[in-house]
Amino acid sequence: MKLKGAQILMKVLQEEGVDTIFGYPGGAVIDIYDEFSKTDITHILVRHEQGAVHAADGYARAKGTVGVCLVTSGPGATNTVTGIASAYMDSIPIVVFTGQVPTSLIGNDAFQEVDIVGITRPCTKHNYLVKRTEDLGRIVKEAFHLARSGRPGPVLVDIPKDVSNGVIEYEEPTLKLNSYQPVYEPDIKSLEKLVALIKEAKKPLVLGGGGIILSNAAKEFTEFINKTQIPVTTSLMGLGAFPAPDPLWLGMIGMHGTYRANMTTGECDLMITVGARFDDRVTGKTDQFARQAKIVQIDIDPTSIQKNIPVTLPIVGDCKKTLAHLNNLLDKEDLGDLKAKRAKWFEQIDTWKEKARLSYEQKEDVIKPQYVIEKLYELTKGEAIITTEVGQNQMWAAQYYHLKQPNHFITSGGLGVMGFGLPAAIGAKAACPDQMVVDIAGDGSIQMNIQELATAIQFCLPVKIVLLNNQYLGMVRQWQELFYEKRYACTAMEYAPDFVKLAEAYGAVGLRATKPEEVESVLSEGLSNPGTVIMEFVVSREEGVYPMVPAGAAITEMLLV
Amino acid sequence: MTEEKYILSILVDNEPAVLSRITGLFSGRGYNIDSLSVAQTHDPLVSRVTMLTRGTEPILDQIKKQLNKLINVREVIDLTGMEYVQRELALIKVTAEPERRAEILRIVDIFRCQVVDVGPAHYTLAVMADEGKLTALMKLLKPMGIKEVARTGSVALSRETCPG
Ligand SMILES: Cc1ncc(C[n+]2csc(CCOP(=O)(O)OP(=O)(O)O)c2C)c(N)n1
Repeated sequence: MKLKGAQILMKVLQEEGVDTIFGYPGGAVIDIYDEFSKTDITHILVRHEQGAVHAADGYARAKGTVGVCLVTSGPGATNTVTGIASAYMDSIPIVVFTGQVPTSLIGNDAFQEVDIVGITRPCTKHNYLVKRTEDLGRIVKEAFHLARSGRPGPVLVDIPKDVSNGVIEYEEPTLKLNSYQPVYEPDIKSLEKLVALIKEAKKPLVLGGGGIILSNAAKEFTEFINKTQIPVTTSLMGLGAFPAPDPLWLGMIGMHGTYRANMTTGECDLMITVGARFDDRVTGKTDQFARQAKIVQIDIDPTSIQKNIPVTLPIVGDCKKTLAHLNNLLDKEDLGDLKAKRAKWFEQIDTWKEKARLSYEQKEDVIKPQYVIEKLYELTKGEAIITTEVGQNQMWAAQYYHLKQPNHFITSGGLGVMGFGLPAAIGAKAACPDQMVVDIAGDGSIQMNIQELATAIQFCLPVKIVLLNNQYLGMVRQWQELFYEKRYACTAMEYAPDFVKLAEAYGAVGLRATKPEEVESVLSEGLSNPGTVIMEFVVSREEGVYPMVPAGAAITEMLLV
Repeated sequence: MTEEKYILSILVDNEPAVLSRITGLFSGRGYNIDSLSVAQTHDPLVSRVTMLTRGTEPILDQIKKQLNKLINVREVIDLTGMEYVQRELALIKVTAEPERRAEILRIVDIFRCQVVDVGPAHYTLAVMADEGKLTALMKLLKPMGIKEVARTGSVALSRETCPG
């Protein structure tokens, strides 16, 4: 069968089950776009290529599949870099196709030529420059395989114009990944050791991370916790892996984790880590981290183990498979009366809980941002898909929107890129059209990719933006308040558009609350409106996110208010 | 923790940009490369990279794991602590004043170098040796005046264990 490169791409995309692509056309990908129009793949035309990548990221996370983007060469390609870096840090499976100048021009500084493979080498799981049409099918298949298997991540495929235009006799490709063999199955002997450690432990703790969500292991994780009655915390990326209303839930760990989660970490004698990589925002000062504890680390990526924290028992394996085996082993054990055995430990944890609960004071005059999130939680029954921007808004979302399910909290954790939330929400909505999708935003971040409002409107992907407007780059301001004697250098954002009018200008709905008593009605009205809505809450300007671990301190050294 | 020297033999796909993936990994993560040599093996699809690196043990552990994580890396063999043979080729252009020529030639003899180029005021020596021997040679030649040096970087292979 004779096929053109662009047709081969369409064919393989369909074989890979792709039904939605986020992208932006240009000269180098015109031929690919031309073929697109002949398929039933939905193309969502973003307004900036960064938005395309974040949207693919949100799509991938909400749906648990691979997200796909297509952009042109040169500026189209460079605009994707931030999105790719974010997906890389959070191990999100996406495939990014970039157009490239014809192979004959590569290296000549041709119009809109950039070495995107060179640029993205350190922030992709792998990347390819396709040099011959004959290789295209295989490479696209490999890209999907690499993106979704093992520790997932972004893969970029750079396609020169003559490759997408070339016509060849197409043959079913076979993958050529000679040595790529992620380890899914854990070593059973190590699991037996882990069972023994669990039986010995007096003060155990489980730390979950994004790996649980990526491997679709929330069910097995919850079962494991229920069987062992071990108190559980997660990183930001792990939120939703375990239902927050459960009494065993301690809240998030880390820089803005709960006091009890962090103190429990400091005191535990066994820490079982599942799919978390000990980011510095989780550990604080590493040599003080969980010092009393034997640490067990389960991760599919061997490089994550022993990288930041020395580990007593490393277990390389897929979270889902490992937890399933572990649960089976535990079924054969008599663990005794766990509630009684752990009574003292829980008592201790309760005293930490009493000492410092997450709290704020909603006075009558100004809206507290935490109050907005709490109300949002109530009104959506904790079931919305939440995306976030970056900064205080993100941390309040993590603290006060008590996640019950996996794949419902979509945030740029590792890179912390402002401007993530809106396009990610659009991607999540495209993935899950029947679900409520809410972007929790700050006034700084929302302006970084505000243009994507047009995408939401054009493609009928109604998302809700809960905008906590403090007229500051709030998180940076908070650091200046605490560590720079309140010198608010360049963090006041006193000039901003009228967000209500802005929403209207885009064809969305704009609502505003300036007083506490308006919060609930604005939220109800906005959430029940079928369209895309910006709900702006003019909040207490200098509210801080607490508790907080100052950068570089031990995580048990928390500033409480 | 003390820094140690390590020697790694890395089998990779013989494809464009593989070397840049490896060196990019090292520069991006702040690892050291003391020497590096790369060429195709008997299998045209495979190249061998021989690398001398330095670091603490946990860093070396990370280096090996990170290398293994690269899609084009087929195998990472840590030769450190194994039985292996190691060679490096060096070309050394040394100032050769008439009154020192005899001395230089004596050194050439002892170290089994070859004189590969001669001029009125210089010799270029070729020597194949392991790192220790090379360092010793350079030390001896230094007082004569070394004009230029080109070294290939080490290559190494593990020794086959004798049966029985
Ligand atoms: C692209 C990008 N630039 C800069 C930063 C540094 N930064 C982190 S939080 C923050 C402030 C965010 O302000 P805003 O979106 O208004 O949210 P708030 O913290 O006030 O909730 C900044 C500037 C970043 N994370 N991302």
